[in-house]
Amino acid sequence: MVVFEKPHALTDVPMHYCPGCLHGIVHRLVAEVIDELGIEGKTIGIAPVGCSVMAYNYFNCDMIEAAHGRAPAVATGVKRADPENHIVFTYQGDGDLASIGMAETVHAAARNENITVIFINNAIYGMTGGQMAPTSLPGQVTQTSPYGRDPKLCGYPVRVCEMLSELEGPEYLERVTVADVKNVRNAKKAIKKAFQNQIDGKGFSLIEVVSTCPTNWGMTPQKAIDWLKENMLAYYPLGVYKDRSAAKEEAK
Amino acid sequence: MADKVLMKGNEAIAEAAIIAGCRHYFGYPITPQTEIAAYMAKKMPKIGGVFLQAESEIAAINMVYGVASAGKRVMTSSSSPGVSLKGEGLSYLAGADLPSLIVNVQRGGPGLGGIQPSQSDYFQATRGGGHGDYHMIVLAPASVQEMAELTIKGFELADTYRMTSMILADGTMGQMMEPVALDLKVNPAPEKPWATTGTKLQREHNIINSLSLIPEELEKFNFDRYERYKIVEEKETMYEEYMMEDADICVTAFGIAARVSKNAVDEARKRGIKAGMIRPITLWPFPVAPFAKAADKVKEFISVELSMGQMIEDVKLATSCKRPVTLCNRAGGMIPDPEQVLRAIEAAAKNGGVR
Amino acid sequence: MVSFKKDNCKGCGLCVDACPKQILRVAPDQINKKGHHPAECVDQEKCIACAFCAMMCPDCVITVERK
Repeated sequence: MVVFEKPHALTDVPMHYCPGCLHGIVHRLVAEVIDELGIEGKTIGIAPVGCSVMAYNYFNCDMIEAAHGRAPAVATGVKRADPENHIVFTYQGDGDLASIGMAETVHAAARNENITVIFINNAIYGMTGGQMAPTSLPGQVTQTSPYGRDPKLCGYPVRVCEMLSELEGPEYLERVTVADVKNVRNAKKAIKKAFQNQIDGKGFSLIEVVSTCPTNWGMTPQKAIDWLKENMLAYYPLGVYKDRSAAKEEAK
Repeated sequence: MADKVLMKGNEAIAEAAIIAGCRHYFGYPITPQTEIAAYMAKKMPKIGGVFLQAESEIAAINMVYGVASAGKRVMTSSSSPGVSLKGEGLSYLAGADLPSLIVNVQRGGPGLGGIQPSQSDYFQATRGGGHGDYHMIVLAPASVQEMAELTIKGFELADTYRMTSMILADGTMGQMMEPVALDLKVNPAPEKPWATTGTKLQREHNIINSLSLIPEELEKFNFDRYERYKIVEEKETMYEEYMMEDADICVTAFGIAARVSKNAVDEARKRGIKAGMIRPITLWPFPVAPFAKAADKVKEFISVELSMGQMIEDVKLATSCKRPVTLCNRAGGMIPDPEQVLRAIEAAAKNGGVR
Repeated sequence: MVSFKKDNCKGCGLCVDACPKQILRVAPDQINKKGHHPAECVDQEKCIACAFCAMMCPDCVITVERK
């Protein structure tokens, strides 16, 4: 009896990510959720610009490659083209979502656009070779903060879930990680909820996945996971930042 | 003949888009085209369509990209500074071969410029507007009726050739009120098997994309796209000739400048000068043939423009510089009057010694 | 039991760390088509089919079966 195999919603194309990069795990979780909800035939995914630009090759559902940061706007168009029959998700990194695409992110959330956003936060620009991201930690050494990120010079990292939670608009905001088995399970639960919310017409759900970049952090995959747990999770605490439906239930 | 309605040019565009089957409009407020958004905001909810005021021009064009990916007729409209912001999206639309309609009701620039009419985005429109090798089909209406007709034509051409069509109007055309006949014929959108509408588990996944990291492959995409452009050039060029049969002086102008110029041509004829006019209706593809033909007959060309002289370059190319091409222009939101154009015609007649 | 799509493995070793039975390793004596040392199972008998390895595999190369 097969206990575990590749989900149908993932193609057989080998992923181009570096060894130990956690993108692949999150791709698989999204695909598992698509399988379990039986929505592959109506799902349209939007790939970003960044390491996961070629995500369009890895999902079996229809895919669109968006300009850098514009995925939520593209998703808005696709969703509104046929709201009854389209399930739309974006898959974006921290540079894409929290820097160049910040306006699109905030306004899609403010409109409570009925889409699902998967946000990978690994505190660095991967594809361009390791520059400072809007989520790079204070003191973090990158190619463009070679002496460590100095908040006096370039400000503090952005906590996306906390920031969006101040908006009336969004339905669901949760920060998870995929650094170990227990957290992978949690992450999948969160991603499933984010898709289910869309199916139920509840609106904008964003799952922030705290992740690693072994290559540009200059660490082995194992060391990168340790660094994530020690440093990233201290600045980016895991948890649910907004759940409107649950809050309503509680209020009853 | 059908009843005519009195409409502003901007409203005629909006109504024609709805007639063309467009049910998705995204925009961001900017003068002098806001009537289009206002019209859509009123109409779309009543006919099951979508009007959405985007957070920026950039977001609006990317929402257009999303609906176009899903295979539906979609549009946005803006004015010069806003169209610059859309430049990124226009390039991506071209790279992904997506059909859409963009309206630019031009105002004077550069920078924030002014809010008065202008034609100074000619280069931006006819050369593509964003990065990379590509073209848009650029349509230049010169009446409110044409604002409506070319909007429908724009959607049809966009679908046929998987390109962006741009209506290149100006503040005068947008604000002008004229009677319009709206009993317009529309070709329904063709099948779009490439669209991302969900696989229904019945086909391979479709991918809308402009990324291509293999240079040989990207080169081929560009070559193929330009083969398609060649067909557009051969089949879809539009222009109007006015009194060109025996013309010695050829005035050329589009949009509002053509209306002004027509008056000047009439007045010149009254004064015994054989003036005529070529009015390009498609600015891309540029109507090269009538200019090439005229270059063997006329003494001089006069390009009348609301800019520092942009279309004049295409006139020089189309005529292979066989005859002098002079510029008669105003800029920054000013419009040449028929007097100014008449003086230019008279000067050309005198210089050319054709009286 | 676990099986690996060996040539898609990048040898990152995340499965090795995830295995509670410590029966996986990155094979020091093998090189796959990608040029990586692929992961392998050294004792299938001890596998409890918990699928922890597969859950941590970024490249989806692991299939887990229970006999």
